Amino acid sequence: MSVGVLDAAARRHDPTTLERARWLVRDSLTIAWRFLAAMVRSPESIAFSAVQPMLLVLMFRYVFGGAISGIHGSYVNYLMPGIFVQTVAFGSVVSAVGMAEDLQKGIIERFRALPMARAAVVGGRSLSDITRNGFSVLLMAALGFAVGFRVQTSALGFLAGLGLLLLFSWAIGWGFALLGLTVGDPEIAQLATFPVLLPFTFASSAFVPVSRMPGWLQAFAKNQPVSEVVNGCRALMSGGPTARPVLIALAWSLGLVAVFAPLAVRRYVRTD
Amino acid sequence: MPADLAIDVHDLTKVFAKGNVRALDGLSFSTPAGTVLGVLGPNGAGKTTAVRILSTVLVPDGGRASILGLDVVRDAAAVRRTIGLAGQYAAVDENLSGRQNLTMIGRLSHMGRTASRRRTEELLEQFGLTHAANRSLKTYSGGMRRRLDLAAALVAEPPVLFFDEPTTGLDPQTRQDMWAWTERLVREGTTVLLTTQYLEEADRLADQVVVVDHGRAIAEGTPASLKADLGTTVLLVTLEHEEDGQRAAALLAPLGSHPPSVDGSRIEMNVENGAKAGSEAIRTLDGQGIGVIGLVLREPSLDDVFLQLTGHRPEDEPAPAGPGAPQPTRAGVAQ
Repeated sequence: MSVGVLDAAARRHDPTTLERARWLVRDSLTIAWRFLAAMVRSPESIAFSAVQPMLLVLMFRYVFGGAISGIHGSYVNYLMPGIFVQTVAFGSVVSAVGMAEDLQKGIIERFRALPMARAAVVGGRSLSDITRNGFSVLLMAALGFAVGFRVQTSALGFLAGLGLLLLFSWAIGWGFALLGLTVGDPEIAQLATFPVLLPFTFASSAFVPVSRMPGWLQAFAKNQPVSEVVNGCRALMSGGPTARPVLIALAWSLGLVAVFAPLAVRRYVRTD
Repeated sequence: MPADLAIDVHDLTKVFAKGNVRALDGLSFSTPAGTVLGVLGPNGAGKTTAVRILSTVLVPDGGRASILGLDVVRDAAAVRRTIGLAGQYAAVDENLSGRQNLTMIGRLSHMGRTASRRRTEELLEQFGLTHAANRSLKTYSGGMRRRLDLAAALVAEPPVLFFDEPTTGLDPQTRQDMWAWTERLVREGTTVLLTTQYLEEADRLADQVVVVDHGRAIAEGTPASLKADLGTTVLLVTLEHEEDGQRAAALLAPLGSHPPSVDGSRIEMNVENGAKAGSEAIRTLDGQGIGVIGLVLREPSLDDVFLQLTGHRPEDEPAPAGPGAPQPTRAGVAQ
């Protein structure tokens, strides 16, 4: 039986950079399809993941809305970009939990033994997260419009704001995927995301102006990525000086991808 | 390296930093294309570590291994186009249907859309899963899941397959089916590396068997030659009085291929012809006035192979007992 051996030379051939790029895209799409197909199979998961952000909109609008003052214009206009960012940040917990679960259940072991692109397992998941987060944000926006949210700029500004949001969700998805791969246990992964998420989302400009916080907290709250992305989205949706906050938000998101994507992929391909 | 070897493993070592476990300690074996190699050993012997290295998931600390002439480290990408993996650690996606799982594996193996769909239907049919093809895996029984797992390994029709303890914990029927499928694949020219804790399984399927203990091959040969070394049947005699043990063992020694082992009132030995040896044992002991309260004949188990080869019993964690597994009668061996 030397048939297989003759094949060896053919099998050994190294794909070109272009072929690699094509496989990376195709394999990432296949992995993204994996999660979206699973979501479609489980309508309850769609329903519940839709309910939470909608409840958040209603609660913040009506529970806190009356108590929070010192904001120029209406609170709902101030709030919505903040709640968008908070929702996509919390939505990225799925990346941490899911990666840990895949690792624990052994499906990552199978992927590692397949000829697929190495970055696609994490990359495909973050692609599906963008889709899911986009769906949540659109639902919230629709509800927001019903309870008084108005875009002060333009449709284009609104869409650009959504783009900024989803870019940010993609960026932290890589970070959380790294967390999930490192922790390796879905429950611990979930618990581990909260100490990160809570300070970043609440000690931020998402729900109240940073100027109301004590001085020591302001230093953190003003200069952390969630605030910067909220400020960027707010500028795009509600007006005011735009270029600077948007650029800072973009820089944070791309910076996070540049740091976490290679780390997550390296962690995934780890062979020791 | 010889061109006709499908799997060639030389002096593999692997130490896990965590816990400082020397999982592989100079493991070597090889097998020609179109055969089944059984890797036999208890839990923790290093079988799974070896499979993970051969499937490029782990990188060895030392030694080398090749699949159809492709080095598992240097040509890892090519090896992945050559192998299929099934068994205890290679999972499928619970949240998808059987059909979706297989199509996904096909796509990730870089098959075209049509080709991977066609192959999916073929495999669903072959493994009797067509009726459940659109159901979520959460509704699958353990046996259905294993069948899908095996199908997933076959999607890209790889010439070399690794089955890591494919029947551990399976019901007897699925176990039989698994064996039949493996035999069919090998008839069609596939090379299979099968790890198992069950001598019976290696005996039934493997052309060659490697016995692994503490990360090293301690014996290699055909199942027949291993069993010939062992004697074909284990004879277990329980005496009425413990103090007769040594005397009875000496009397029974001529019946066996190796000296009997004595454990209190229990005497154990390997014999060629079970029925003949059994009746002769009773006659001999009876003639000497030694009371016998029990006599058991059984097929040799992995434990016996170990006892024979190493002088010790598999001392790692207790093996998960498969329903079809040989049932050792000695208490405290595989509890």
